[in-house]
Amino acid sequence: MTTKKFMMVNRKAPYGTIYAWEALEVVLIAAAFEQDVSLAFLDDGVFQLKKGHNTKGIELKAFEKTWGALEDYDVTKLYVDGDSLKERGLTADDLAVPVEVLSRADIGKLMEEQDVLLSF
Amino acid sequence: MKFSILVSEGPYTHQSSDTAYQFAKAVLAKGHEIFRIFFYHDGVNNATRLTTPPQDDRNIVNRWSKLAEENNLDLVVCVAAAQRRGIVDEGEMKRNGKDATNLAPGFRISGLGQLIEAGIQSDRLVVFGD
Repeated sequence: MTTKKFMMVNRKAPYGTIYAWEALEVVLIAAAFEQDVSLAFLDDGVFQLKKGHNTKGIELKAFEKTWGALEDYDVTKLYVDGDSLKERGLTADDLAVPVEVLSRADIGKLMEEQDVLLSF
Repeated sequence: MKFSILVSEGPYTHQSSDTAYQFAKAVLAKGHEIFRIFFYHDGVNNATRLTTPPQDDRNIVNRWSKLAEENNLDLVVCVAAAQRRGIVDEGEMKRNGKDATNLAPGFRISGLGQLIEAGIQSDRLVVFGD
């Protein structure tokens, strides 16, 4: 099968809308199709990665365990926009999994290298 | 050029299905090919034939069905997103013990793999969402 570079661009906070959750489903399917998958987290999308979500009270599944499991699907390229973190008072230490923190310009360059960009 | 289109928002609430439709028409008018149009998130609501807008408004669902029929397009609705939102065909009705179907003509329900395949097979996958 042809392998293409797929980047899933996560721009929205988790739980308030379904985008983050359904984006994750696309990530897993793309990985199952043995595509070259990476994830970029921009804007409020960086909140998806924050440690310590407690979703019991809102009856939704939390994301934290899922990020840890991505490695099992060979999805290891997680890029985070450093400015988006800073604007929200976060650092890489606040995140649930290891990520590569990049400048907006560098994320832009990575986007240019992709075959398919899916934004959520 | 070979295009695929992803529609991620529901009709009437958001412009994305209108813009996607106009884009699809323009792509075909220019002589390009559309490999697939995939409906995800609330975009699956583009596929309910029970939609009844006021008579002086556009019928977004019928418009998709007509475009598909005239151009032999592959309109695919994500099964997981459709199940969450109550978009049902004959097979899904039986499988999930429901008492009705509402999938509009020209659409079919299938898996997310169809979106990834569209990305692989097409020169461009164009996303219409929020």
